Amino acid sequence: MCLGIPGQILDIIDPQHLLATVSIGGVKRSVNIACIVDEDHPVDACVGDWVLVHVGFAMNRIDAEDAQITLTMLDEIAELNAMTQ
Amino acid sequence: MKYVHEFRDPQRAQGILRQIEAIAAQLPPGFPGSPSSDRPLRIMEICGGHTHAIFKYGLADLLPDSVDLIHGPGCPVCIMPKGRLDDAITLAQNPQVILTTFGDVLRVPGSSQSLLQAKAKGADIRVVYSPLDALQIAIAHPDREVVFFAIGFETTAPSTALTVLQAAAQGVSNFSLFCNHVLVVPALEALLNQPDLQLDGFIGPGHVSMVIGARPYQVIAERYGKPVVVSGFEPVDILQSLWMVLDQLVTGRCTVENQYSRLVAEDGNPVALGAIAQVFTVREQFEWRGLGEIPASGLRIHPDYAQFDAEVKFSLPHPHVDDHRACACGDILRGVKKPWECKVFGTACTPDSPLGACMVSSEGACAAYYNYGQLDRRRPAAPSAVPSHSSSAR
Ligand code: SF4
Repeated sequence: MCLGIPGQILDIIDPQHLLATVSIGGVKRSVNIACIVDEDHPVDACVGDWVLVHVGFAMNRIDAEDAQITLTMLDEIAELNAMTQ
Repeated sequence: MKYVHEFRDPQRAQGILRQIEAIAAQLPPGFPGSPSSDRPLRIMEICGGHTHAIFKYGLADLLPDSVDLIHGPGCPVCIMPKGRLDDAITLAQNPQVILTTFGDVLRVPGSSQSLLQAKAKGADIRVVYSPLDALQIAIAHPDREVVFFAIGFETTAPSTALTVLQAAAQGVSNFSLFCNHVLVVPALEALLNQPDLQLDGFIGPGHVSMVIGARPYQVIAERYGKPVVVSGFEPVDILQSLWMVLDQLVTGRCTVENQYSRLVAEDGNPVALGAIAQVFTVREQFEWRGLGEIPASGLRIHPDYAQFDAEVKFSLPHPHVDDHRACACGDILRGVKKPWECKVFGTACTPDSPLGACMVSSEGACAAYYNYGQLDRRRPAAPSAVPSHSSSAR
């Protein structure tokens, strides 16, 4: 139920209603981006963002740097340092 | 797919599993899970999405015997009480109404039938992917009343709140919500207040937390002394989070940690929280299937938006329907029993005709055990007895 899927914003369909096209594993979907827009990150800046999509809404941006930190930490814990990209 | 494959990498999973074994062996003497204790360590994954992933990837079987995963109340479909389902069916039977909802809810039994059965008998019930689709149906059918049967935790509440705000902005008057949103932390506190509690730590729900943040779990660490690690949903995420809980226990720390920082901020998402605060208010109490009434655990529509509240617009009977007597869901959710210890598991209670909450959706603990063949952990089911995998497996 709380399922969410990562996708990337391709373009803005309707800036007034905050609708954007998101590619989810290659499948295009129209998604509401109200939750990821604010003064510091206006509608136009959202193109290219990776987001988590849940019931037709982009709920949050996915932070690439944090994702990498998590993987690095993981590989250190798991003693897989050699294979860290 | 980016942000998915790297967290499903088998080598990473193997590596972290070895470290889980190593750290579990360091649990201090007398501590649950140590050789001198009479019980394993019990770590609860709160979210039904985690429960489903744990069984889909067979993670529970890969863990050392000293670590037991307990499956929490975080499946909003499972915990919907029969009385609320009956109310939704009453709404759907009103010829003026088009009832819209997520597909997961359709098969959940009310006291005498499910929404699917009501639909077969002629009720106008439509499955939507998003609450925005329900609003579109309302705009397309100005002569009908369109009700969205809203369920879900804090993950889903912002989307329905934003849909109500959009309906208000567009002046749509034939749209309303039957609001059944529930809150995670009050449910956990209800579990933690039980006298026979046997839980040692929590894997926190990642997608609820991307809305509310990691901070609200501090009460669990501070007041109840249980570590919490907010976790992502891929197998490597879940294993890493489990290692982080064990690391806290072994090093004598008790705090809230965030494994899912790629999506979860300390204070959550301000836009999403703002929409919830504007449109909803907290109910004094809400009934949970399997757990009973829990104070301050559900949301209702704020009086300012009463025109969008189906509970105001329509008169609903609000019946109270008791859980089935044989059901052991409460004990399962508290970690006292495993599904196979329930007398009716897999016999009178199956995913096709569930008696209790945990069997209702593929995210419930009993359904996960049943669908993935865990009919008895000590005596694995013969292949012929293994039911086919759930078609709704994700
Ligand atoms: S098997 Fe059915 S009745 Fe028994 S605890 Fe599980 S859901 Fe409840």
